[in-house]
Amino acid sequence: MEHKENERVVLSSLLPLWCRMPTEPSSDTATRQTAPLDVADIGCMVGAGALGRERSSRWRPGLAGEGQAAPCHSEIFAPSGDGSGAAAALALALDDWRHTSRPEGCEAEDRRAVLWVQMREAAGLVGRPYRPGLPEDVRRRVIHVLADTPEDALFALEEGVRCREIAFVIGEMLGNPRALDFTASRRLTLAAERHGVPLYLVRLDARPDLSSARMRWNVASAPSPEARWNPQAPGTPAWHAELFRARGHRPGEWILGDGGRQLLAKSLPSAAQESEQSSVVSA
Amino acid sequence: MTRRILSLWLPALAMDRWRLAHVDELGGEDDTQPRVLISDTAHGPRIEAANRAGAMAGARRGMMLADARTLCPALLTAPADPAGNLAFLEQLAVWAMRWGPWSAMDPPDGLLVDVTAVPHLFGGEGGLLDDVHAGFARRKLALRSAIAPTAGSAWACAHYGRARTIVDGSRSDDAIRRALSDLPVAALRLDEDVLTVLRRLGIKRIGQLDAIEEEGAGRDAIQRRFRNRRSPAANPLIRLDQLLGRIPEPLLPVVPQQAPLVQRRLMEPIRHRTLLDTVLDDLALDMARELEGKALGARRLELGLWRVDGEVIVRRLEMAAATRDPAHICRLFAARLDDVDAGFGIEMLRLRASWAEPLALAQGDIEAAAEAHGTSLSACIDRLTVRLGAEAVARPVPFASHIPERAQRWHPPLEPEPSSQGLLEFHHRPLKLLDKAEKIAVLYATPDGYPKRFRWRGAVREVARVEGPERIAPEWWRERGSARLRDYYRIEDGAGCRYWIYRQGLIGDGRGGMPDWYLQGLCG
Repeated sequence: MEHKENERVVLSSLLPLWCRMPTEPSSDTATRQTAPLDVADIGCMVGAGALGRERSSRWRPGLAGEGQAAPCHSEIFAPSGDGSGAAAALALALDDWRHTSRPEGCEAEDRRAVLWVQMREAAGLVGRPYRPGLPEDVRRRVIHVLADTPEDALFALEEGVRCREIAFVIGEMLGNPRALDFTASRRLTLAAERHGVPLYLVRLDARPDLSSARMRWNVASAPSPEARWNPQAPGTPAWHAELFRARGHRPGEWILGDGGRQLLAKSLPSAAQESEQSSVVSA
Repeated sequence: MTRRILSLWLPALAMDRWRLAHVDELGGEDDTQPRVLISDTAHGPRIEAANRAGAMAGARRGMMLADARTLCPALLTAPADPAGNLAFLEQLAVWAMRWGPWSAMDPPDGLLVDVTAVPHLFGGEGGLLDDVHAGFARRKLALRSAIAPTAGSAWACAHYGRARTIVDGSRSDDAIRRALSDLPVAALRLDEDVLTVLRRLGIKRIGQLDAIEEEGAGRDAIQRRFRNRRSPAANPLIRLDQLLGRIPEPLLPVVPQQAPLVQRRLMEPIRHRTLLDTVLDDLALDMARELEGKALGARRLELGLWRVDGEVIVRRLEMAAATRDPAHICRLFAARLDDVDAGFGIEMLRLRASWAEPLALAQGDIEAAAEAHGTSLSACIDRLTVRLGAEAVARPVPFASHIPERAQRWHPPLEPEPSSQGLLEFHHRPLKLLDKAEKIAVLYATPDGYPKRFRWRGAVREVARVEGPERIAPEWWRERGSARLRDYYRIEDGAGCRYWIYRQGLIGDGRGGMPDWYLQGLCG
């Protein structure tokens, strides 16, 4: 009885948190505040009682290996002034890819390709993938697609997501094109979930608009950890990542780091987390 | 890999064939009687072939029978049968495909077999020739043979060279030159009058012709002598080039290889897209059946649309991998047919697989599994290239250069990677490279050091951490002398953004004014 009571209290304290957007010091706070909830989240809220335990799990690297299906459609919002968006997308994708369980008896090496779709404007701003700088696992697999229009980019993303010989798809789109509306993103989500090919869409300089992505991140570069041999040199890449909406996970903030063969994550105490802890204490 | 052509010459084809046909009359004994085959001409019977005893008695090919009779009154005769000989040769050509996948007739009495990549099945080329001779001996046919890299040289060796010559041409045409230099010019398969001209010029051996040709202006001289002779048989230069494999020599295979082709003639010309799609569906199904029968898949397809007013519209399609899936073909063509102007109507459609590759049968996707499975990579890439263009889909491949923007090239996605040397990865490279390095305005403490602060795309960034310089010199063997070296720095600004910047040139290197700074790459 007491346990049940406790759970109810926690849930009721959590529910408003899901609805609330994390406050940002950035200039587009107003748009963030008014960004409407997407249908997927509303559906979750209705069934919140059943999903309560699942939702309260916190995201961490390697989650895909612990029985949870990797999110098939993620969006990563990043500025176009540095390479953080694509790098974080690659790191997240590789983390999921390495931890996804292979089917029974499938021992052959995974030789599937990686489709990298860029809008031409985005490629002009942040450059094209450079093979010697790509992670070792990805280097030989990249198939690069340059799309002139958002419609073409969406077409290429969907074709990639439908293809069984592709490990994951990375897209880079600039701004908020009209073609990328909720219907389009829902299409991508459904296709990705149906065929099991994850899609990581990097949204450069974009407002977080209506989308059906299962995980939505805000990513920016973070000062790198001290390099091992030369303290004056930039170290391995690090990113400040904020999971601001996800299905099945609590939002949070992390400093993600490239640990060579794995993704490193250091949790940051976020505003949401603090208030949650305080509510638990009060309960 | 050079081609290997086996040339077979049956010097006594007509006589051997007559002997085989009349083996009963001869009653088991060898035909020791002088005997000739004759054909009727306006001037009386002429000798077409003579057996050994006949030749010993003085009968030669082309002689009048009356002249031969004066030498040997006991000459026996039989009618020649050139048409039968040709038919027999054709049968032999098909039979000779046992030694190679492709054979051609070389009338009137020779065969050419392509034995490229085959000899190991017979224990080398010597073993192959042994097997050939054994096969022809079993059929009681006289034979001379040779293997060489070109049809011309094989023919020359078989007809005029030593028995069972094998010309090794794996490295250069020197081997062919050496093997052929002692042969008479008649081995070039030239017309009689050309041979006469050459004989009058004193050129008797191929080696002499070759030597003249080698001496700079020699080729021009021969060229001038035979400048009106267009046909290969009348021009020794063309024949020599064919012999050495410098120009191709088309040969007609005895079993033709034809491109899969399906077509539909329409009772009534079509003018509407829906009908066109229906016909295209039918054509694609026909093509799939045609290709499946041959165990092929199409790499390139050509769709011809014959309009009523005489115009022909052709749409081409190239696939990343062999396919014969009708749905896939239709889908790819659908994007290409949007701008077809039907005019007064289209009366005939033809689909031709001008490039087909072997494609084994595969089990089709079963029921609903196909939906969940998704498409194959080649189908995906076909769709992308048809919609976005061939240049839009590419794969980065390494290229042997130390200049960063040249160290990567873009290749078609499904082509095998070109082989490359492993890289020595002493230095970090950025995740992304800008298409063109962007100029930055720099504030630096010392002119030959790294910058303290720079302005890029309108924003000022403080440099917090630096690694470098990594000096990359210009490729002096392809760039101008004024190209400047580059000093690359990997930097991180105060906010943690990581970039790859470089200074072009040094102060006082005598190649322009103050060095410029550029930002070329974005690190992860």
